Amino acid sequence: MFNYNFRWNQALSSLPQMLEGALVTIEIAVLSMAIGITVAILLTLFRLSGSRPLSAIATTWVEIARNTPALFQIYMVHFGLGGFGIHLSPYLSLLIGIAFNNAGYLTENFRGALKAIPETQTRAARSLGMSPIQAFQNVILPQMLRISFLPMTNQMVWAILMTSLGAVVAMNTDLYGVTSELNARTFRTFELFAIAAVIFYVITKAITLSARLLAARLFRY
Amino acid sequence: MFDTALTANDLVFLAKGAGMTLLVTASSVFFGTILGILFGVIRYQIGPWWATPMTLVLDVFRSIPLLIQLVLANAFITTVLGLRISGFAVACGVLSLYTAAYCAEIVRGGIEAVPQTLRRAARSLGMTWGQDMTYVVLPLATRVALPSWIGLALGVMKDSALVYIVQVVELLKSTQILITRLQEPLFLLMICGLFYFLISFPIARFGGYLEKRWSND
Repeated sequence: MFNYNFRWNQALSSLPQMLEGALVTIEIAVLSMAIGITVAILLTLFRLSGSRPLSAIATTWVEIARNTPALFQIYMVHFGLGGFGIHLSPYLSLLIGIAFNNAGYLTENFRGALKAIPETQTRAARSLGMSPIQAFQNVILPQMLRISFLPMTNQMVWAILMTSLGAVVAMNTDLYGVTSELNARTFRTFELFAIAAVIFYVITKAITLSARLLAARLFRY
Repeated sequence: MFDTALTANDLVFLAKGAGMTLLVTASSVFFGTILGILFGVIRYQIGPWWATPMTLVLDVFRSIPLLIQLVLANAFITTVLGLRISGFAVACGVLSLYTAAYCAEIVRGGIEAVPQTLRRAARSLGMTWGQDMTYVVLPLATRVALPSWIGLALGVMKDSALVYIVQVVELLKSTQILITRLQEPLFLLMICGLFYFLISFPIARFGGYLEKRWSND
């Protein structure tokens, strides 16, 4: 049954290259999360602003991000924008695609978190003489970020997993891209992708664990 | 934008891709849910300690990109085991396990949401474990689990776009093929995106409605 020669040595010898790819994967995930959180806060503000066009923008963004495949979004950024004559590098397309997706999901998480913060707090802050911006920044925002810390961790894990979708835009420096390029050269498909899977597993577990430790330290009160 | 080289045949080709997407989704969600319910109930019955190995294995499916799971499964079955099996079967198998991994957690959450006292009351009335499960736990757990399950099913539909890697031509892949030929990326991608959106959006809204409707009572 097993007349297949496993050649782990050959695959393991390319581990340094794959670890470099893993660094790129983490870099993209972190950057896309940073952009995603910033945009999501902005979109949440759009929703709170009460202005119709602004909240329409937020709703459209959220619904498109949540109701189409992430693969489609990345593809759209790379080839769809290409139709407008905007040609982005695979790295940028992947980053923008994932950031777009993150922003959509995070805005929805923030909406849920906002529901948990009593309306009276805003009014109290306003009565104390804070401007609407100050009230949001000093009273609402910190609580919102705290409540949605766990969903944000999940989204971070998703971002790591989503970097593998760079395959569709010919990304070749992230973990998946490096692995498939090595595969094209050596044809040790099973061994190479098994190692990649282990690296992905370790990264995601490290993120979940450190987030849990961070939460225990940050939210003691 | 509207003077396109898209012919009726191409639309049929796209529709076939869409059909494949729906077929892969439906079969994976079907088998995945059955497995997920099984795993979830076992996980709840034997308790967290004894279920550790199962939880760990299921966790693997949630911590590794689906794309790599598909490539690995395909490589394992075709080159290591040397079996000749269609890409469709591999895709359905992997997606079913992927669905089951998430579904098990949803099912467990649903069962845990049923108050213990209620179940003890049912058992005190002389109901068997099976009766307790079907008449007390099932209706109550469904209320908690169904909205998340709908979300999961939609997630699987979106993730099914990745099965192109095992040579299954689904909607996004057929769009890609047409783009290569017609060189009209924007128009074709719009059609493709619209299809996903039109299926996903109403169902997601319905799930949100159910969640709101069922939460406060």
